[in-house]
Amino acid sequence: MSKYDTLIIGAGHNGLACAAYLAKAGRKVLVIEANEQTGGLAATREFAPGFRASVAHTLPQLNRSLVEELELEKHGFKLAVDSMPTVAMAPGKPPITITPDSLQGASAQDSAAYQDYRRLLGKFADAINPFWKKRPPMIADGDMGDLATLGKFGWNLRRMGKDDMREMMRMIALPAQDLMDEYFDDAALKGALSWDCNVGSKLAPRSPNNAVLALLLRMSGDLTGGLPLPAGGAGSFTDALAAAARSFGVEIRCGQAVEKVLVENMSVSGVQLAGGEQILATTVISNADPKTSFLKLLGAQHLDVQFTHRINRLRNQGYVAKLHLALDGAPTFTGLDSATGRLMLTPSMKYIECAFDEAKYGGYASDLPMEVIVPSLVDNSLAPAGKHVLSANVQYAPYAVKGGWEAHREQFLANAIDTLSQYAPGIESQISAAELLTPADLEQQFNVAGGHWHHAEFAIDTWWMNRPTYGASQYKTPVAGFHLCGAGAHPGGGLMGTCGANAARAILEDR
Amino acid sequence: MVLFMSFIIPLLSPICSVETSDKTLSSSHVFHQVIHHAMKSKYDAIVIGAGHNGLTNAAYLAKSGLDVLVVEKNDYIGGAAVSRELHEGWLYSNCSYVCSLLRQSVHRDLDLTRHGLMIVPYSGTTNFSLNGNYIAEYGDHDMQYREIKRHSLRDADAIHRYETDLMRYAKLIRHFLLRTPADPTSFKPRDLGEMMFMAKKFAGMGEEQVYEFIRFMTMSAGDFLDEYFESDIVKALYSTSSIIGTALGVYSPGTAYVLLHHVMGDVDGAVGAWGLARGGMGAISNALAGALQEHGGEILTEAPVAQIIVKNGSTTGVALEDGREINADIVVSNLDPKRTFTKIMDAGDIPSDLRKKAENFKIRGSSGKVNIALTGKPDFPSLPADHKLRNGSFQFLDSMERMERAYDDWKHGRWSDDPFIEMTQSSVWDPTLASPGHYFVSCFIQYCPADVEGGWTPEKRDAFGKTVIDQICNYSPNFRDHIAHMEIRTPFEIENEIGLTEGNIFQGELTIDQLMFNRPFPGYSQYRGPVKGMYMCGSGTHPGGGVSSACGANSAREILMDLKRPNVVPEDDVDE
Repeated sequence: MSKYDTLIIGAGHNGLACAAYLAKAGRKVLVIEANEQTGGLAATREFAPGFRASVAHTLPQLNRSLVEELELEKHGFKLAVDSMPTVAMAPGKPPITITPDSLQGASAQDSAAYQDYRRLLGKFADAINPFWKKRPPMIADGDMGDLATLGKFGWNLRRMGKDDMREMMRMIALPAQDLMDEYFDDAALKGALSWDCNVGSKLAPRSPNNAVLALLLRMSGDLTGGLPLPAGGAGSFTDALAAAARSFGVEIRCGQAVEKVLVENMSVSGVQLAGGEQILATTVISNADPKTSFLKLLGAQHLDVQFTHRINRLRNQGYVAKLHLALDGAPTFTGLDSATGRLMLTPSMKYIECAFDEAKYGGYASDLPMEVIVPSLVDNSLAPAGKHVLSANVQYAPYAVKGGWEAHREQFLANAIDTLSQYAPGIESQISAAELLTPADLEQQFNVAGGHWHHAEFAIDTWWMNRPTYGASQYKTPVAGFHLCGAGAHPGGGLMGTCGANAARAILEDR
Repeated sequence: MVLFMSFIIPLLSPICSVETSDKTLSSSHVFHQVIHHAMKSKYDAIVIGAGHNGLTNAAYLAKSGLDVLVVEKNDYIGGAAVSRELHEGWLYSNCSYVCSLLRQSVHRDLDLTRHGLMIVPYSGTTNFSLNGNYIAEYGDHDMQYREIKRHSLRDADAIHRYETDLMRYAKLIRHFLLRTPADPTSFKPRDLGEMMFMAKKFAGMGEEQVYEFIRFMTMSAGDFLDEYFESDIVKALYSTSSIIGTALGVYSPGTAYVLLHHVMGDVDGAVGAWGLARGGMGAISNALAGALQEHGGEILTEAPVAQIIVKNGSTTGVALEDGREINADIVVSNLDPKRTFTKIMDAGDIPSDLRKKAENFKIRGSSGKVNIALTGKPDFPSLPADHKLRNGSFQFLDSMERMERAYDDWKHGRWSDDPFIEMTQSSVWDPTLASPGHYFVSCFIQYCPADVEGGWTPEKRDAFGKTVIDQICNYSPNFRDHIAHMEIRTPFEIENEIGLTEGNIFQGELTIDQLMFNRPFPGYSQYRGPVKGMYMCGSGTHPGGGVSSACGANSAREILMDLKRPNVVPEDDVDE
């Protein structure tokens, strides 16, 4: 008889959140993590002596209910900044500061349009927010709960009123470029606002069908309504989750990779570790991406051909690189007193599109669109006194770069630093260490196949009941006792623990 | 000309008198009578634009007993479904060039065969590769399997699955072509009924297929094809329908639907097949005009409309550019939505949000045409001279990447040095288009920008044409030697002649934000305009572009409903 009834593969934020909820409900849970540290892509790691950063660096989607239910604040979670402004940068032009409520530095026309834009998006977000935190329904074969979810979804749309409902059904399909062009004039403002429409996916401002959905996912957080920055890096969130999980009785084993999931008579019986040790349990939940979960850990022999085909076809190649720089002093960005916001080095949507054009064919641009923060300006635990950490998401870095990343790493890093120096002249002389994590690195270091932020492309064709695919969209899979709780499940990527929490609820309801 | 007449004389319908203008030659056997002065000062209904949807709309209104006038700015009818003798001895389908979407039930109901319409099915597309190889598309399944197997056994095995899946979606979507889209925000019994109809058809596919369809509708053609095939040239062959007329690349989400839009038609019930109208595409317009006139409708050409007149919230007629006013309580615009609401309706007559919607309407020019009269049959060395495929249509594309790169050029406002060309050898299938030994070929080019730096000039237009011919000569070195005449059409020419804004062939992009209940704008998808008595019937409305007659027919049904007259518009044929 095993000590555990539930095993969770991977101690990322979703695995930990799922573990905490299940243990809180009385399950005996073991979390098995291949790395030495919990937290997955959110872990705060030392990338140079005294300098710390985490791959995921902000928490826009974090939900208050999760923080409260798991008592994360008791376990050390706190915010360094409640709501960080976003700053649209363009060389030779004064920056525009974007907050959820207003624009500063923009034209009167754009500022007025921003109010309309936020009002409408806010309304859309309110209508669909409950559904991020719910199990996706089944359309034809669903149970009463699914029917209720679908009914409520329809009702929430209708409740917006005719005009807004119509606008939502049109706008949901607009590419970022058309959406922004309908509202705004300023190129840099449009570039910055379009970033969240596509970041992490193989999409760009001209790509239809994704922009508004991605914005709504970003707006699903309710911790502050803005862009929060956790104290101690994003890892402090996962550390608090781990501590909360442990307080509910969860056991976490790090440095042990699961080699395969054991199946007997079409039901899960446990896992086998890389060393050969077998741990038995009737429920195994994978926080790994769907391809790794089904094809590597479970094995296609346990799945029907159609299902395997649907997993195989998931698009999971990452297009974002992460850059960490150790700086000898605070960087000086032209036009800014202090770089305390989220700085968008995206002077126009065309600039982003051009970078995407290169990446489509396996290359990368010389001018790279970037999202930059300097978290050490507001959190001195991340760098030695007087020194600073710069953390940036850099697009587009194709997973399958032609020639392989080892041949291109230096050039890409040089391009990124060149781009930075257009906005912060002289920054290159402040750099004492640099870490570039390409999608290939993310795959290798964090066991995310394809190095994709969202584990599987976040797009409308892999959304809700299609996430990750039919037959696995309700956190269950065709193999009894095998479940998903990672970003490949609904609602998708982004540091929030919602996939894990939803999975835990679905698993508990199922029994 | 005598040659063409010899085909038509035996079939002349007694009800129609004959008039030919020197610029227009119809080879079909029914000629329309055009008038140069409206006979009356007031009609029951005026339809603006004698394109195929306008003629269909007018024909149904006339069939219902209304007194109908169609006004047309050009001196010929047909809009983008025309046959014109642009070089003596050759008849050009110089805009649309093939036919599949035309609703069979409209064809039958308006008796278009008697009015001279004959659709000739054609098949056999050869897609050439730069290395001398090719891949062909055959109508026969076994031939297709063997052909794809030459390139990839895996892809040959996938073809059945691919065709089955695509046909399943086509058969679903075909239910909705001759129906008015439901307004999902409405609680009216009719809208709820339509929603139920739609839900039933969807659910009828089964749980799994519902998801597959949702995915399909929102994804890119490139991703869709990648799921079935591994060979670049196989994917290239099937990808071409996904971007025809579309300002998107093969890897842009939403293009899988455009692919479907090109296989959801049929020729005589053979879903997915394409045909040619004998006598050129103008034969369709002429037959529709014949049907219209049989029911007493009139057509006034060379009568561009300056404005739709609105008084006290109702339309009262149209004002022509020459100052004439013609009255009617019903005015139907077959012009694209942008043109309708920004050019021929006064901003003060329509709600301001509608004006904004029209300005934001996406109607992007992305296609060009080069129509060529040939004095001999050019060689395509990859194919033996007597090969059956020599008679089919030709494409020149090795990989989707080449197409995507051509799209990148378009995005940046230039045409590609490596354009995608679909060459249809129309006269091989329809001998009425050229004399023996002569050929008419229609080349469709993707992509061609609506505007280039400094604007389009005749020199730039010719340079574009040269790029196209150079591309063809990469595969047929002696092609240029056979050219007797060619007509080069960039979006600029298409807009100026046909009136399609930016030269967009679909009267508006076929993206989800402009399809079904969103077409042309949310809240205006049921063919009714913003003022009483004003309607839309062009391809800018549901179900969108293509020579389908569906927009015109659907619009007529709504107008008759508002007038409380019995419906005369047929239901669509139901696939078994």
